[in-house]
Amino acid sequence: MRPADYPPPFDLDEFVAAPGEPEIEVGVLVVGAGPAGLACAVRLGQLLEEAPELAERLGEVPVAVLEKGKQAGSHLLSGAVVNPRSLRRLFKDRVRTDEMPFLGRVEHESVYFLTPKRALRIPAPPTMRNSGNYVASLSQLGRWLADQAEEAGAVILPETTGHKLLLGDGRVRGVQTGDKGRGRNGEELPNFVLGDEVHAKVTVLAEGTQGHLTGIALERFALQGDNPQVWALGVKEVWKVAKPLDSVIHTMGWPLRAGAKYREFGGSFIYPMGEDMITIGMVVGLDYRDVELSVHDVLQELKTHPLVRKLLEGGERVAWGAKTIPEGGFLALPRRLHAPGLLIAGDGAGLVNVPALKGIHYAVESGRLAAEAAFAALQRGEAPGRRGALAGYDEALEQSFVWSDLKQVRNMRPAFGRGFWLGGAMAGAMTASRGNFPPGHASLEHDADQELFRTDRAKSYPVSDGKLTFDKLSSVFLSGNQTRDDARNHLRVRDRVPPEIAELWARMCPAQVYEVGDDAGDGDVHVEVTPSNCVQCGAITAKGGRLTPPEGGSGPEYKLT
Amino acid sequence: MKIAVCAKYVPEATAQRRLDPQTKRLDRSGEGTLNQFDIHAVEEALRLKEAYGDGEVVIVSLGPERALEALRKALAMGADRVVLVSDEGAAGSDLVATSRVLAAALEREGADLVLFGQQANDSDGAVLWAAVADRLQRPLISQVAELSHEDEKVLGKRQTEFGYDVIEAPLPAVVAVSDAINEPRYPSLKGIMGAKKKPQETVSLGDLGVGAGAAGEAGSRTEVNALSEPPARGETMKIEDDGSAAEKIVQFLQEKKVL
Amino acid sequence: MKTLVFLEHHEGKLQKDALGVLGKAVSLGGEVEAVLLGEGVEGLATEAGKHGASRVYVADDVLLAAPLPQPRVDALESLVNDGGHDTVLFAATVLSADIAAGLAARLDAGLNWDLTDLVEADGRLVGKRPALGDSVYVDVGWTSEPRLALIRSGTFEATETGGTAEVEKIEPRLQDFSLAARMVEQAHEESEGPSIEDADMIVAGGRGLGGPENFALVEELAKALGGAVAATRAVVDAGWYPYAAQVGQTGKTVSPKLYVAVGISGAIQHKVGMQSSGLIVAINKDPNAPIFEYADLGVVGDLHEIVPQLTELVRARKAA
Repeated sequence: MRPADYPPPFDLDEFVAAPGEPEIEVGVLVVGAGPAGLACAVRLGQLLEEAPELAERLGEVPVAVLEKGKQAGSHLLSGAVVNPRSLRRLFKDRVRTDEMPFLGRVEHESVYFLTPKRALRIPAPPTMRNSGNYVASLSQLGRWLADQAEEAGAVILPETTGHKLLLGDGRVRGVQTGDKGRGRNGEELPNFVLGDEVHAKVTVLAEGTQGHLTGIALERFALQGDNPQVWALGVKEVWKVAKPLDSVIHTMGWPLRAGAKYREFGGSFIYPMGEDMITIGMVVGLDYRDVELSVHDVLQELKTHPLVRKLLEGGERVAWGAKTIPEGGFLALPRRLHAPGLLIAGDGAGLVNVPALKGIHYAVESGRLAAEAAFAALQRGEAPGRRGALAGYDEALEQSFVWSDLKQVRNMRPAFGRGFWLGGAMAGAMTASRGNFPPGHASLEHDADQELFRTDRAKSYPVSDGKLTFDKLSSVFLSGNQTRDDARNHLRVRDRVPPEIAELWARMCPAQVYEVGDDAGDGDVHVEVTPSNCVQCGAITAKGGRLTPPEGGSGPEYKLT
Repeated sequence: MKIAVCAKYVPEATAQRRLDPQTKRLDRSGEGTLNQFDIHAVEEALRLKEAYGDGEVVIVSLGPERALEALRKALAMGADRVVLVSDEGAAGSDLVATSRVLAAALEREGADLVLFGQQANDSDGAVLWAAVADRLQRPLISQVAELSHEDEKVLGKRQTEFGYDVIEAPLPAVVAVSDAINEPRYPSLKGIMGAKKKPQETVSLGDLGVGAGAAGEAGSRTEVNALSEPPARGETMKIEDDGSAAEKIVQFLQEKKVL
Repeated sequence: MKTLVFLEHHEGKLQKDALGVLGKAVSLGGEVEAVLLGEGVEGLATEAGKHGASRVYVADDVLLAAPLPQPRVDALESLVNDGGHDTVLFAATVLSADIAAGLAARLDAGLNWDLTDLVEADGRLVGKRPALGDSVYVDVGWTSEPRLALIRSGTFEATETGGTAEVEKIEPRLQDFSLAARMVEQAHEESEGPSIEDADMIVAGGRGLGGPENFALVEELAKALGGAVAATRAVVDAGWYPYAAQVGQTGKTVSPKLYVAVGISGAIQHKVGMQSSGLIVAINKDPNAPIFEYADLGVVGDLHEIVPQLTELVRARKAA
């Protein structure tokens, strides 16, 4: 039984439209106020400052950024340890590193292999060395980047989703934003407003993991490569702690299971956030197979380990969140990241270095390069819709460190499909050979194609005590999620599925959106969906359903994640 | 017709609101947003202006400089102007001091109608409207769930514990609206983009002619002394029904003097 | 200490909470006086005396007939100025809140509201007030006199001390602007029972009910208790009960004397809407339901059995 056998009711055409009368016209439209989108907006601002005639030509709003959250940062979540090189390239001498909102340099780091009671220190794999890097809250970084982007002249439009891709004559003309004020059954409530058409000369999709329009575009323009993308789900918390942590910690092993059949690839991270806070997160590949696996609960379990318990002693949980991470790396990159009138940057493109756990600096660099390609095309006076006008983006990307980094580690993630020990050994060999061994490319399978089975994994999840361990609902509450109760359901899943599938989704979802419902006959059950809990992590899309953007402004309000 | 809406900048309504152990007041150092209830007042002002065909909706607020960002939401909805009273000397103002400052700002505006939202979600600003109405010496209608305007008068349906009163007041007047009065509109894209360009004025206490002793802690007549845990709920008791649960519940309620 | 208590009345009866506040004032000591403003209210003065007022000021005026706040501010202003009261107490209602705030501005006096207790500490009057959704308590005080306070509804019980009060008639001068607002139509008592915001008792139903038809059980119990019916988000989402009855993070916040949670698991999204209820009784068949962590009395059992029995017993008790 595989989730892929129960595909969701989802039709791409619902999210594509022919362009009509624009509500607003902008020069470059960026979808997503994350590190990629904001870096793009900042760079465009810099370039346009030196090219006032072009800025004039682009009209009243040369650069606009759509953000579906309440503000930039509301939907941003990561570890994070950030390599500052891309931000330095972006800002050059305008902003010093000590002016960036980092929470401290990485001074020490340790990697542990955990067993239920012990923590064995192991040498950090070379891909995981973090000296020269900084700990940051991505949400805070996003907020800061948004200020920089606005100062550079970009207009940020919060609470606004990119709902439909506007396609005319084979090129992307812009985006239609989402409607607001629809009721549970799609009916128009008293304050209903139809989404607006935003036309742009160039549209940059920087939507992050499981990008909605990105998925539409990849399919419509046949941009997918030979391998499907695969994802991991990360669930993390931020704690106020009594004792400062002086080291960046990564763990592997327990509570995840090493056997190949489980396909539980992942581990945890524990980072100091300044003097008085710690962030702790669990990341697990969504190619896992056990119906009973719940990443949120595995995180709760992790906290009961003596090593971790000690770090959190006397502390208080102050934040929680969840998000997927594209893990296919180089092998899952689309064939091209541009199309007529379109550029794709950041996590949406899959630019994540899994062994190094890094994606933010690639997002920033790709956003910067997207800006340069868009600017170049516009300045040449070419219609960016002309075939190849934006090809400069892919060329620049392929020349950049983003490409060479990802290529070097391309086979590492798939190796772990062989289980932790063999995978680890292969990873070691790959690192030593700088990616040249084994030769060629491995291949990836859809997360939803994994055959499911059941163990009694749920037995060991801790009962939430409200002090160290917490249930999903109180976590959703802590994320600041205030999605309208009567909003239309934005999650596409089959209504009737075998109970194993329903249970898979119920456990998988960190926000308790899905529950096994009543008997539906023929051995199937209904799936109960509570869309207002959704924190838009994207896990459902990897495992048999589809996340579409809910009403702008819904979802979590992350601040410290 | 000129309508002034008193709007408040409040800390985000999330689980992370804290009381600052030093000042014992709400920790307002984090981010804030436009008070949810005031958004209904803004909406009502916009509707009245639209019905009248002409006029101005000005947002008046007392808060820190960064409140301007949150107040822009009202401009994005369609309000015309923001006047923010931002002055260190006003920090820590209680009801008496806040109403004095707001009344001074409102006098300066000379609006026909002053609207308030029904309460602040930070429970700090309740009943401000009555204090302001008294200072302005204007008739007041509060708890208004329905408002109409005709011939220099406003008619409000006021929600009380007993049902609805209908009260009429001549302009200029002060009206506090409840959240049942309307469904606020979503700001349009053009509205959001145009908000920044609309006039946003920051004034000091001095600009309003309010002396230092009349605002802030000096101008306040109440204080906050200490924080404490809510009174313990007491022991929780859990029983299993053996057929007599209903009786046990009644006994319990009698013991607690509820029945 | 010389305290003035504002006594609100409705349709010929003194408001219970106001009498409770009067009793509290008596327990704080000093001179305790009360004030009655309205038309044809002199008859209520005796009851005020029975509840502890040593003197009752009465202003009987057709201009005070309608329950509007601003003329009452005028009346109280001159009364407090002449009488030299250092403390003025109100039981919080829609009307009295407007009066108290208007009076605070008029007298340049400190007003603390939503108080759930008033104590004397080190010779000073201290109010206790919940904040942040009742998750924390704050001690508040006054830096000058007179001290004005609004007491949260349901805080103090009315008790008869059996005294008599001197009645003093007053004729307040009412300002023009205070009389500008006019009552066009006055509300009548609504016959449907209390709204959940005002109810002293609430019976709430959740998913454990099993189906919308079982809300009848909840309604019967609420009727027997003389209270209101509330619902969780889950059942409102499912269409079992209207949104107006929803209690919780995205519904209403209530703090009745008694909250009976029937078939409700009690996740935090619901808890934040009712956690400051005086007493919480929970009935649920799942012994691990989170609500049992904070219910004063938790009953693990079948609500279909327990609730009807409970309703019968309550009815019987009330009839007795």
